[in-house]
Order: sequence, then structure tokens, then C-alpha cells
Amino acid sequence: MEKIIRFTSRTVVLAQADIDTDQIVPARFLTTTTREGLGKALFADWRYDDKGKPRPDFVLNQPAAAGCSILVAGDNFGCGSSREHAPWALVDYGIRAVISTGIADIFRNNSLKNGLVPVIVDADSHAWLLANPGAEVSVDVEACQISLPDGRKLGFPLDRFSRYCLLNGVDQLGYLLQQSEAISRFEKNRAWQP
Amino acid sequence: MTARSLFEKVWDDHQVVAESADAPAVLYIDLHLIHEVTTPEAFTVLKSRGLALRRPDLTLATLDHSTPTVPIRSLADLDGLVGKAAANQIRVMIDNSHDAGVRMLGFDSDQRGIVHVIGPELGITQPGMTIVCGDSHTSTHGAFGALGFGIGTTEVGHVLATQCLLQRKPKTLAVTVNGQLNRGVTAKDIILGIIGKIGVSGGTGHVIEYRGSAISALSMDERMTICNMSIEGGARAGMIAPDDTTFEYLAGRPMAPAGAAWDAAVRRWRTLPSDPDARFDREVVLDVAELAPMITFGTNPGMVIPIDAPVPADTGNTSFRKSLQYMGVDAGKPMLGRAVDVVFIGSCTNARLSDLRQAASIFAGRRVSDGVRVMIVPGSQAVKKQAEAEGLDRIFTAAGAQWRESGCSMCLGMNGDTVGRGELCVSTSNRNFEGRQGIGARTVLASPLTAAAAAVTGRISDPRELLAS
Repeated sequence: MEKIIRFTSRTVVLAQADIDTDQIVPARFLTTTTREGLGKALFADWRYDDKGKPRPDFVLNQPAAAGCSILVAGDNFGCGSSREHAPWALVDYGIRAVISTGIADIFRNNSLKNGLVPVIVDADSHAWLLANPGAEVSVDVEACQISLPDGRKLGFPLDRFSRYCLLNGVDQLGYLLQQSEAISRFEKNRAWQP
Repeated sequence: MTARSLFEKVWDDHQVVAESADAPAVLYIDLHLIHEVTTPEAFTVLKSRGLALRRPDLTLATLDHSTPTVPIRSLADLDGLVGKAAANQIRVMIDNSHDAGVRMLGFDSDQRGIVHVIGPELGITQPGMTIVCGDSHTSTHGAFGALGFGIGTTEVGHVLATQCLLQRKPKTLAVTVNGQLNRGVTAKDIILGIIGKIGVSGGTGHVIEYRGSAISALSMDERMTICNMSIEGGARAGMIAPDDTTFEYLAGRPMAPAGAAWDAAVRRWRTLPSDPDARFDREVVLDVAELAPMITFGTNPGMVIPIDAPVPADTGNTSFRKSLQYMGVDAGKPMLGRAVDVVFIGSCTNARLSDLRQAASIFAGRRVSDGVRVMIVPGSQAVKKQAEAEGLDRIFTAAGAQWRESGCSMCLGMNGDTVGRGELCVSTSNRNFEGRQGIGARTVLASPLTAAAAAVTGRISDPRELLAS
């Protein structure tokens, strides 16, 4: 996995609250057996019309969205199913951080395993970000903070382990495999067996 | 010793390595359920790293999400029924399970079904276990006092390779439900009422424990409906303390312990309920004595009203307005009486035998209203067989409903069972998200009774008016 330390980008804004994983990537795209190439399915039903043509009024189809790698979204982003296809699609499209006041648990977990940084901010800062699409924002994983164009710095919660994995491009399976002796001991010594 | 909750007891019992400031806990997983949609990439990672499956004996595979709900004669039929991509995914799943030595309950098994329906009915879902699956409705298994939660595909790979997950300990939320349900009001209405109260993100970061007299009085089927939709309230897991109802359900099931092992298991399971002084991070109390059948009006499960209430007034919120526009629903107006196009009775929320019996109590002696398409999809092949033994299938088909093979079907429309653009579907499933049941589909979540009432009247109707007195 690629190391993620800090990056800067203009934001793209989807202000709607409770954007669920069925919007991020509709179920009909889940018949794939690889994680690659899902970027084209991202927000498919909002992004394209019946004939597969981009809808000009959808924010990702507007020229200003080109090259943006930070998504600012309404509260409770990523609710719904456990499909990891949601962060896969966002990352494949080019999104590297999602900023909101709330991010659903399973989506958050999945994001951290794919180098997508979940950033939770307070309601006032969120309101400013929603009202100022295209703002240039820096995400600093090392300092666990984002910087807004006016110089404001906002901390965001990130547990030490996830931060370490993002900064060093470490995948968590390697860490788990190192616990193999402890796992064997647990299996041998537990009071009951499943 | 400190008083502990049910969740804390199960958590403590599975910590291989306790969590610290630097690292999450290493949590042992007793049962890993896998299906065709969220595992192929995990098997690919394992193969590319030369890793074997650590515990194929604690892994159980089935096919449910993209499977057809019409009978198939051979795997070659799949391409024509569900499309090449879905068919390929199913074949990859069968091959992966075979190569890894995982028991696969596939098309040749009469134990196949929706993953969250078959675990309990086989008795492999048991109190005190940790159970995961690459599916957010794994919370269903919490009805047995197990800690069940959904995981992503990367985590599926972690469990395949190590039988463990890295987890931060979640907070706890006690939802106490008291009061006696009125006639025509069901477990589905309770959980929709709870989600309406706490909101779709109310349980984020928490494990819910459902407790109180109204919960204890529920059957296992009903408890599963409640725990199933924990994720719709934002909680990855929802649990109910195991009791005699739980043990009676499990006794004699094919994969449940037997003989002396059963007695030992029940002794252990009786120690699981939360201690009287157990503390929860948050508590919510709900009385269901006045609860009416509940239906959703918007595009998330928190947008829910009593069936006889109007849609809430417009507060100017743009997400609310967008949602109502999508649904073709007016603020301040009733849902009751709106014409429906499709009725779906199925899904891991409401496709067990008792759900089908309830639906049949409305269909009996009535006809599906003209122009309404009704699909009834049992949760498993075993449920299908039991329903047919009771003659429920004949009640449904005589009424004009379609009676199908088991699977997830129209809950998420992956297998070709979909709702058309602009059509209104009253559905016993768990998500009314935009496009969930098909592009442009409009979903109203409801109980099997309310769904059946919509089928026979052709409109959103109060099931209490149709129940035999």
C-alpha cells in the first residue's frame, strides 16, 4: 500500500446527509471479482442518465471537480452495506480523503485499509466546507489535522495504529500474521471450542 | 468483579491480544460466514501471498446474493438467468470454497439460503460466539447473544488467513423496550420505531443490547428481525441476552451441540446475560404499547412514520426535500391509500417461516390486487420446504403471488429481481435507499403483514383492518 503522509487538493462537495454505499456504488456493479476499475461505477446513478451519458448538473461531472481528491460530504457518509467496493470506487476515481461530521463504522474501517482518509470535523467547520466547494484543503495524516485556506487548522480523530499504517503504507494483514503464536496459544487454551 | 454487559463478556472471551493505546485488540472469530459477493478479492489476496485458510472448519459458505430465485438444473443455466458476471462470481465462489476445503451449501444443498437465515436454522449460530461475514446484516446473529457484525473484504481476508480481526472496542448502547404489542404490530415495527427514534447514525460506534419485557417476549424469528436492522441504526452489532427461548430454538438443530456438550453449552450460555449492575455508555427506552404498524416514506430507514400518520412537514432541509422528491411523496400528506406497483416479501429481515405465516394470514381467501406484482422469496430452502409442508405456498400462488427459490433477491436487486423506475414497492427488506431495489425504484419498508395488506388492496393499507377478528 502507498504511504500517505500529507496532500493538498481542492474539495468537491456532496452536501446531502446519509449518503449510503448503494449510492457510492450500486449493487449491480458488485458482480465483479476484482477490486480494480470501480471508479467508473462511483455514484453511477447520480452521475449518468439512463443512456449512460454524464448528467451535467451532477457535481463530479463539472469541470471544477476535475483533479479534486478531497470529498466533503453530508453527515453520516457511507452508511449501509459493508461493501468494500465503496472505498475501492472512491480511491479508483481519485478520492483520497472524505470529510464529514460523521462517517459510518464499516465504511470507515474499510477506508482505512485502502488509503482513504476519513476526516471528522466539527459542525461549524463542516458548514464552512459545504458552503465553499473548491476550497484548497491540506490533509496532514502525520499531524492528524486538516488546514483550511484561511489558515485554520482542525484536528481529526485517528487512532495511533491506523495512523502508523497510513504513514508507512503498512497493510494490517502482515501485523496479524505476526500474532500467529498468540493465536495458536489462544486456540489451545480457551475454555471452550467453537 | 466488575459488572459486565453481555457484549463485554463476549468481547473479553475472544481477546487474543488486548487492545492498547498503540494497537487494536486481536479478536478471535468463532464462525466466518462467506458468500459469493464479498470474498473473491479476499481469496485472490490469500493466493497471491501464498497463505492458506487457517480454520476452514470454522468457515461456512453459501450462495445467496446474486443467485437466481427460479430453479436451476445446472450451473450452465446461470449465465442466462443472472448474467455472465454474476454467474462467474458464483462459479468462482464454488471453486474457492472447494480449493480451500470450506463446506459449501450450494445449489446441490437443501441447506442453502440467505447466509443470516441458515446460520441460525442450522444451529451453527450460538450464544457467546463471535460471528462475522462480509455483509452488514451479520448483526442478525446477535439475536442469540452472539457478537455478530459485518466486515469488508480486506477483513474477510484477515479472518480467512488468521481467524482474527483487529478491532477497537466499541461503546455500548442499551435499548430497553417495554410494553405489550397491539394486534397487527410486529417486531419489524419495533425496530423501525427504534430507528426512527435514534436515527440512522444513532448507533454509530456502538453495540446495541436490546432488552426489556417486549424483547424477552419475542420469538427467535422476531428477535432476528430486530437485531438484523441494528446496522440501519448505525450500530454494527445488536445483541439480545440468551434465555430459554434461545435454547429451545437451538435444541436439536443439526449443527448445535448435543448430549453432554449441549448441557455444558447451556450452562455456559446462562452466564452470558448482562450483570444487573452492568453499565452502558448510553441508554434509550421505548414503550411499544401504543406502537402502530410502521412504514418508511423517504430514502433511509430513519424516515419512518406510523402507518396512519402523515409524512412529516417540510422543514426546508434539502436532503429531506430531495428524498421526498425521489419518492414522489408530499410532506404533510398521508402514505395510506397510495397505489403500489410491487410487493416483496423476503430478505434476511423477514423471510423466515413465521414471517411467511403472517403474510399468509392476510393472503388467505384474498386475491392480489390487479396490476400489483408480488414476489415472495423464502429465506432458505429449508424455510421453503416447511412453508410448502404447511400449504403456505398454495395460499400465495392461489392469491396470484409468485413463490420463489430462496435468496437475497429483490432486497438489493443483484440477481435480476428488480423494481422498475418510478415503481413503488412495499418491501419487508431493510433498506429503502435510492435505487436499492432497481434504478429509480421507490421502496417503502414494512412488516410482512403490512406488505401483504398492500398486495391484496393494491394500496398502502393498515393491516389491522384486514386481520380476522
